[in-house]
Amino acid sequence: MTMVDAHVQGGHAITPPTGTARLLAADDPAHAAHLARFGALPGRRGADAVIAELERAGLAGRGGAAFPTWRKLAAAAQSGRSGVIIANGSEGEPLSAKDSTLLHRSPHLVLDGLLLVAAELGAAEAHLVTTSAQLAPIRRAMDQRADAGGIRLHETHDRFVAGEASAVVNGIERGRAIPRDHVVRLTASGLGRRPTLVLNVETLAHIALVLRFGADWFRSIGSSDDPGTRLFTVVRGGERAVVEAAGGTLLSAVLRAGGADPARVRAVLVGGFHGAWVTGDAIDAPMSPAGLAPFGASPGAGILMVLPRGECGLARTAQITAYLAEQSAGQCGPCANGLPEIAEAMGRVGRRDRNSSLPRQLRELTALVTGRGACHHPDGTARMVLSALDAFDHDLRAHARGLCQEAAA
Amino acid sequence: MSTPTRSGKVLHIDWTRCDARGSCTELLPELLRSDPWGYPLPAGGGSDVAIPAHLAAAARDAVGLCPVLALRLS
Ligand SMILES: Cc1cc2nc3c(=O)[nH]c(=O)nc-3n(C[C@H](O)[C@H](O)[C@H](O)COP(=O)(O)O)c2cc1C
Ligand code: SF4
Ligand code: SF4
Repeated sequence: MTMVDAHVQGGHAITPPTGTARLLAADDPAHAAHLARFGALPGRRGADAVIAELERAGLAGRGGAAFPTWRKLAAAAQSGRSGVIIANGSEGEPLSAKDSTLLHRSPHLVLDGLLLVAAELGAAEAHLVTTSAQLAPIRRAMDQRADAGGIRLHETHDRFVAGEASAVVNGIERGRAIPRDHVVRLTASGLGRRPTLVLNVETLAHIALVLRFGADWFRSIGSSDDPGTRLFTVVRGGERAVVEAAGGTLLSAVLRAGGADPARVRAVLVGGFHGAWVTGDAIDAPMSPAGLAPFGASPGAGILMVLPRGECGLARTAQITAYLAEQSAGQCGPCANGLPEIAEAMGRVGRRDRNSSLPRQLRELTALVTGRGACHHPDGTARMVLSALDAFDHDLRAHARGLCQEAAA
Repeated sequence: MSTPTRSGKVLHIDWTRCDARGSCTELLPELLRSDPWGYPLPAGGGSDVAIPAHLAAAARDAVGLCPVLALRLS
């Protein structure tokens, strides 16, 4: 298939999206609107060419860890065995709404990405894992096209750690979506011991666009360290807004696009419950890995939770930590024992307990659990707690005297 | 930092299996302490420990004697 064929649909040429609406550019979720906006699937070009295009594009995973996507594909291809591709739409993080929004609004881009990667890597199986509310729209999308019949759809549990890659594999294999120990990378041995590539659904949707419109188009917006667009979930109170913005957009601009007034923001939890609290200058930092690094944060899966002025960051952190401790799969000793102790100490800090050794205890406990689990749940929890101690250090001192600055303000 | 000759082997702790029986911390006191809950705590933290050549035999013993097969040497 030539480039021209690929981009002509129903007699009119397809123009690649020009603004920041890329993933969400189609008029509606139906296959007809998808084809009208993006055109048919591009022709096969071979695994090496696909990997090279993704490397040029600089696409990094949107599931949280920002691992270069081309490297994961290269690792899976390298095994030489026919493997398994899994689209991860688990979205275990309760704050996040970007994957469910994508699956509702642009299911065909996700299906395209999954089918393209599976075909190019010669995979034996393609799976899509998501939560119950997304099953119907995905099934509807699969029924609208002739090429999606082979995709196996799975429902996952609503649990924070269910979306971790080895938990996703476990869920498909044994119906229990909890992480497992994997000394060997999943790309070498995963589902049924076959090479397994787990990719976030947003990552797959970007792949579908890069393989249509090319790496140069992908990089034409965004920053050099965070090219393309990404989906953000802006959370304030009980409201969540999903925003597609160019990589490296200022945090304050993404907040505004999500309906939050940066002037009324006291702090932002960047990256969700495993992310980092940022305050002050960071509100105007670029939402890219390099822009956020000085503040100890990273874009992660694009979650921005606003702490409004007048609310106590330490009390909020205590609530989140209690939730995260409860979400431990309970199978690793340091996580099962350490997270509840961290939550207990953080709870005391939040309640203005006058025990001045609590911050030190928290630093010791977080160091003790980090790196000591089958998944990174302890690491992410520790990072978030430590970031709160830094971001809210004034309040920490006030709380140790039984006061709360924010409540008094 | 001067490090003793490495054996090239890495001891991996599978936390999903380990139930803090503690025999590994007794066999490899140079490398593993016990954390407050009885689980093995590598000197540098984490789940993997580089094994120096002179402790390779003790590490093999620890792997063989872990009652729940939570240790792997690779
Ligand atoms: C505790 C935990 C929870 C996770 N939850 C999700 C999730 O819900 N969805 C997701 O795509 N990735 C999640 N991840 C990341 C996955 O392990 C994996 O890195 C990702 O799906 C790979 O896709 P990507 O390379 O496209 O980002 C989680 C990781 C951890 C440690
Ligand atoms: S580290 Fe915690 S959440 Fe992760 S697998 Fe172990 S017990 Fe479960
Ligand atoms: S011997 Fe096995 S079960 Fe016991 S502490 Fe060591 S690794 Fe854990």
